[in-house]
Amino acid sequence: MNSTLETAVTDCHPASVPDYVPVPELRYLQLKRIQTVVMRAWQQVKLFRSRMDERGLQPADIRTLEDVARLPFTIKNDLRDTYPTGLFASPIRDVVRLHASSGTTGKPIVVAYTKEDIEVWTSVLVRCLAGCGLHRGDIIQIAYGYGLFTGGLGAHYGAEALGAAVIPASGGNADRQIMLMKDFGVTAMCCTPTYFLHLIDRAADLGVDLRELPLRAGVFGAEPWTDSMRRHIESASNIEAFDIYGLTEIIGPGVGCECRQHRGLHIFEDHFYPEIVDPETGEPLPDGTEGELVLTTLSKQAMPMIRYRTRDITMILPGTCECGRTMRRIARIGRRSDDMLIIRGVNIFPSQVEAALLAIEGTLPHYQIILTRAQGLDQMEVQVEVTPQMFNDKIGALQGLQGRIQSALDHVLGIRIKVALVEAYSIQRSEGKAKRVIDRRTA
Amino acid sequence: MKIQQLSLFVENKPGRTAAPARLLANEGIDIRALYLADTEQYGIVRMIVSDWQKAAAILEAQGYVAKATEVLAVEVPDRPGGMADVLGALDGSDINIEYMYAFPYPRGDQAILIFRFNDPDAAIAQLQTAGINLLTGDELMKKQ
Repeated sequence: MNSTLETAVTDCHPASVPDYVPVPELRYLQLKRIQTVVMRAWQQVKLFRSRMDERGLQPADIRTLEDVARLPFTIKNDLRDTYPTGLFASPIRDVVRLHASSGTTGKPIVVAYTKEDIEVWTSVLVRCLAGCGLHRGDIIQIAYGYGLFTGGLGAHYGAEALGAAVIPASGGNADRQIMLMKDFGVTAMCCTPTYFLHLIDRAADLGVDLRELPLRAGVFGAEPWTDSMRRHIESASNIEAFDIYGLTEIIGPGVGCECRQHRGLHIFEDHFYPEIVDPETGEPLPDGTEGELVLTTLSKQAMPMIRYRTRDITMILPGTCECGRTMRRIARIGRRSDDMLIIRGVNIFPSQVEAALLAIEGTLPHYQIILTRAQGLDQMEVQVEVTPQMFNDKIGALQGLQGRIQSALDHVLGIRIKVALVEAYSIQRSEGKAKRVIDRRTA
Repeated sequence: MKIQQLSLFVENKPGRTAAPARLLANEGIDIRALYLADTEQYGIVRMIVSDWQKAAAILEAQGYVAKATEVLAVEVPDRPGGMADVLGALDGSDINIEYMYAFPYPRGDQAILIFRFNDPDAAIAQLQTAGINLLTGDELMKKQ
């Protein structure tokens, strides 16, 4: 295949056709789909129906896209409060997949997919990867975790449907990742950006020059990352780095992705309707104004999300992208409107740490979360002040306490962290309150 | 027979043991015995002092977590087998030593063993039956 033809094939991947639908048709499609999904949620989800009733709203009241702003929000705690199946709009016999991610306290939040939902998810991931210039013939290594986390399986289905050869490496074991990349001539990596930074460093230790491998693209997501990180990744490995966006509550990765223009992330608006609202008041904000991203799933069957507050701060970029896609773009996400932390791609709330500590001793000791980055990997240490109630003058008892805290936190957070017992009053207070999170990571 | 030992939680960092010792010295409190049990990250300072209630108040006022624990002080001849005889007296019982430490008199031929037992009352009975001398707190402070 000559290079001009290859470019043409890449840019016109058949799965990408919906990316270019004319705007009036797109808005019409969005309205029809919103009306359908609102009706479905109203019929099937008790919580949504009661919130519509409180506002005196009926599904038929949604006549234009402007009316979407009248619909009630959904927040993360709604998923926790209705755990595990309270927001399902499909009976379990129609569900073919469950995934989970961290809730704000002990219980995870659970999401469900019907066969159709998986097909939609797969299709948006194909559109993401095609937009990154990937196609049949590429060898794609997935180093997101496979499991309850949506990253691994989500990217896997997309890459396979694209027609690429997929290496389901899952997370961890950097040496093996590098061996696979080298031996199989991997052309694209899907993982978190910090994990790729770690692979860059490890490859250097192993004497492998990533710039000499066939690797040409990286699709990085599940955590915010900066343009300076992108420059470092691109120069150290000679690849083109793409930012992919998604969240478990909406579908997983694939809600949006950069195209080769790298000027914001296209949201696949035919399936996910984006709004920007003022995080304080909830009032809608116009395109070009920064605020909180709110998403409504337009085609989800098993678990429709109406006006889900993502807590991600961004803006809808005005104007059209040079790539020709009509899907609107959001700016890259740099911060959140809540206290959620993203550690190695895993969502963590300080309140989870608090709930686990409270459960262990019955009282809440002062604690502090220290975030650092070593070899490109986020590290989290929880320092816990030893209170008179916790203190025992036998070393074994203190080690037992430390072990109980360690396993409770590992269990609740789903990642391995470090626990340190520290002296009472050694954590600095300001106005009597300890600062809960010290972030020493520098991108 | 039971003696109050004061235990302190300290982080394993330079100066962390010196600070409480200095606090007690400034208040005229005598430290008769001190033992440090440590891990890589933190340690427990165990000490027997002249006035444990005052010492605990001083340390707690400075934010330390201090805890009183009942221990026994056993006097033994400072010669080979001195300690083995004491331990032998406990053979065949369910009494368990949770930890112990020993120190000799500066002058003389006696040594003192400090024990924390899982069941101090049973240990007192067993040791006294074997004719082993247990010291009171006052005796321990006076012995020089």
